[in-house]
Amino acid sequence: MIPASSLAEALGLAAPELILAVSAMLILVGGAFGGRGSSGVASLSAVAALIGAAVAAAWGDQGVAFRGGFIADDMAAFAKAAIYAASAVAVVLGERWLGRAGNAQFEFPVLILIAALGMGMMASAGDLIHLYVGVELHSLALYVLAAFQRDDARSSEAGLKYFVLGALSSGLLLYGASLIYGFAGSVRFDDIARATAALEGEGTGVLFGLVFVICGLAFKVAAAPFHMWTPDVYEGAPLPMVAFFTTAPKMAALVVLARLLYEGFPEAVDQWRQVVLIVALISMAVGAFAGLAQRNLKRLLAYSSISNMGYALLAISAGTAGGVEGLLIFMVLYMADSLGLFACLIAANRAGRSMENIGDFSGLSRVNMPLAVTVTVLALSIAGIPPMAGFWAKYFFAFQPAIEAGLWGPAAFGLVTGVVAAFYYLRLVKTIWFDPAPGEADVPPLDAKLIAYASAIWAFPVFYVVVSLIEPYAAQAGRSLGLS
Amino acid sequence: MLSLITFSPLIGVAAALLLRGRTDERSLNAVRWIALATTVFTLALSGLMLAQFDAGSPRYQFVERFPLFGGFNYAMGVDGISILFVVLTAFLMPLCVVASWGIKERVTEYMIAFLVLETLVIGVFTALDMLLFYLFFEGGLIPMFLIIGIWGGKNRIYAAYKFFLYTLLGSILMLGAMLYMVALTGTSSIPALAAYDFGRTEQLWLFAAFFASFAVKMPMWPVHTWLPDAHVEAPTAGSVILAGILLKLGGYGFIRFCLPMFPDASIAFRPLVFALSVTAIIYTSLVAWRQTDMKKLIAYSSVAHMGFVTLGIFAVNQQGLQGAVFQMLSHGLISGALFLCVGVVYDRMHTREIAFYGGLATRMPMYATVFLLFTMGNVGLPGTSGFVGEILTMTGAYQASTWTAILAATGVILSAVYALSLYRRVIYGTLQNPQLAGIADLDRREWITFLPLIIGALLLGVAPSLVTDVTASSVDALITDFASNFSDGTFNDPRI
Repeated sequence: MIPASSLAEALGLAAPELILAVSAMLILVGGAFGGRGSSGVASLSAVAALIGAAVAAAWGDQGVAFRGGFIADDMAAFAKAAIYAASAVAVVLGERWLGRAGNAQFEFPVLILIAALGMGMMASAGDLIHLYVGVELHSLALYVLAAFQRDDARSSEAGLKYFVLGALSSGLLLYGASLIYGFAGSVRFDDIARATAALEGEGTGVLFGLVFVICGLAFKVAAAPFHMWTPDVYEGAPLPMVAFFTTAPKMAALVVLARLLYEGFPEAVDQWRQVVLIVALISMAVGAFAGLAQRNLKRLLAYSSISNMGYALLAISAGTAGGVEGLLIFMVLYMADSLGLFACLIAANRAGRSMENIGDFSGLSRVNMPLAVTVTVLALSIAGIPPMAGFWAKYFFAFQPAIEAGLWGPAAFGLVTGVVAAFYYLRLVKTIWFDPAPGEADVPPLDAKLIAYASAIWAFPVFYVVVSLIEPYAAQAGRSLGLS
Repeated sequence: MLSLITFSPLIGVAAALLLRGRTDERSLNAVRWIALATTVFTLALSGLMLAQFDAGSPRYQFVERFPLFGGFNYAMGVDGISILFVVLTAFLMPLCVVASWGIKERVTEYMIAFLVLETLVIGVFTALDMLLFYLFFEGGLIPMFLIIGIWGGKNRIYAAYKFFLYTLLGSILMLGAMLYMVALTGTSSIPALAAYDFGRTEQLWLFAAFFASFAVKMPMWPVHTWLPDAHVEAPTAGSVILAGILLKLGGYGFIRFCLPMFPDASIAFRPLVFALSVTAIIYTSLVAWRQTDMKKLIAYSSVAHMGFVTLGIFAVNQQGLQGAVFQMLSHGLISGALFLCVGVVYDRMHTREIAFYGGLATRMPMYATVFLLFTMGNVGLPGTSGFVGEILTMTGAYQASTWTAILAATGVILSAVYALSLYRRVIYGTLQNPQLAGIADLDRREWITFLPLIIGALLLGVAPSLVTDVTASSVDALITDFASNFSDGTFNDPRI
């Protein structure tokens, strides 16, 4: 990686971040003058800013800036493009949803932009300081988003819970970071790598710090046993916010975790792999078994995301370029499924009330066939049933690198918990197709409907064509971490 | 050609989708005709393929191949073994559509589910890439889940879940093994993997994983319990597909994967397979005898017949393998026909209780004749296709293990016991149930469904070479390959 020689060049590398930061501030000012009626324009500008940032990230220059703290490489480019795209979808879903709920405000797109800014920072972080700043920036925006329905007690509760536990995880992260700095003498990942290599077995202190950092990030991706906040927050927070929570922030946290582990601790693979694997295995088991007892779909999808994070962490623990490639593609496919499922939840209403419980979906196939097919395709996809995209995501992209790295035991465990988890997705399918319908469903709103259809068509069959187009970029991203 | 055959049912799906949401009788009839036309078209295509097929060559033919992503290929091809299953599937599907003519509820969805299922099942037999195979193999669960769950009987939801999760658990282990093989060899092409030499320990583990999947699908005793439930609850055409085609996926998998890829393990596991097969033949025959539900009885008899198939496959000799393939095809016709026979009286009386019936011969002479023919086929009477399959598999098994063959031979007697007692209780005797007084004999539509099956069962019975000529060279090549893994060329030990 070439270090930036001037400030102008350094700022050029951070173009996506600059676009987001500047447009967030402009929208904020514009919104302050425009008042409540300006939320539509604000959202539109936010989407444009996100698209612009994604383009800048994908086709911009690459290099290292700010004394190694900011890295713009293939990995960052890939992750940012995906994160910004998911954020843009969340802006569209959220703006329309809030409008229908009578709570359309221009702050919403601003918050998403700030969150996207923080997540982009995480994807580009080259030292612990940038990592922390990125994590905090996006987390603070997410806390506010969770509590966005101010008049709804559950939404406020969700925001508070998210904030308190998020602060705890930030504490863990900082504590671990300070330990690493203390023992390695630097916050930069490449310096840490050199320091740990030189320590040779004397690195217990560094590894101790690393475990704390992993735990802190595991909080952010909601991996078990740090998942306790997830079901409650997801249940209370407004639907489009949850759609956002389950996608982009997880991608960002996983990418920064991968970068920290692969660039900062390449010599200590055997040590950190144990920690990551334990978290992965517990996540798979908790996600599968605890999900069985859920009747509320938001809680169910919370557990579903927990088990999916287990699969993503399994890909990370492979410790190879293939693992990173698998992680990136897995996350892209998972985000498409997840956004689609939440779009379905937004689209499916009965008598003005959202269908939040599994039982509400009974007989959907009799009253709204296209939506029923969409939910079915997406549920089967996320359950990993072929020929949907989720099958390839889970088994081919997440499990295969782990098996190649010799981790077939954990992979076998994941396969078995996958069958358990299949049961609750299947229950949703059963409810939709086999049960009688209690009444007509409302006409779904256009935005949610279109996003849901698009992700279902993506899950099958568009994925088969497109994945071979994005795969080379993901492979490049995997190699950009300096792995074989 | 192969892709066209595999995906041609989807043309019908697209056409049926245009009529979605229309519930008037005319559009429903149009959907039925669309489904029938599509399945007949697929049958015609597969007949054309069979005519062009070079039976003398053991190689894969009509091969298509292009790379998709991550080293995974879209590869298709058929050899002498798989082509017959493609034809069988294409042959049974139009009959299923005709048999489902009377379905009143959600006709469009029903036909779409069947057509999608046809694509997936044909895909299983034509796939030459392991992951593609799995894709079709596992994808078939979805339409079948819906068919059982939506159009099934009283206890359909339990049966649908059991069917899905049971088979999913089995095949997920196979998937793990497949991923391991891909990681090890860097390819997922079936011919390439068949040529690869796996180490002995690896073979044992991989075989066990594949076995878990195929044994459930087969189904072998003791993992057969999903089958009676699924059969009893499924609609008639669903049972026909289940018994006629889906059960063949297990046997096909053994032939395609286990034998060529894991020869050492196949021999190591052979005593277990033989023991389970013999148990299946004897035990499930006895269980079938005690059933009070007609469909359940036939379902258990299917398990017993599949026992012969596994015997034949793992005998790994000319007669055994030829017999296994033959038995699968013949069972596809005969058990399919038997389920249709049950469907005939079920449609009229809405019960499958054996005790409810009796003396049908006086009211339904045509039906009694047809039922007798297929009962005899089920028993394995010479002249019907059932006989050829059983005698070949037992001859093959005899060369591999004398005792196994002797024990399996009792199955022939037991099958006569349960099949004839079913026939006696339903058809013979005096007509005592007053509700049966007005029962009508076979109508034209039912004749149309039975006639091809009657012809098929008798034709294969008197001219088995129709099948064995096609399979011969592929089976020979398989056995030669298999034997070449053993230095002295002897893997048959009659003492086991």
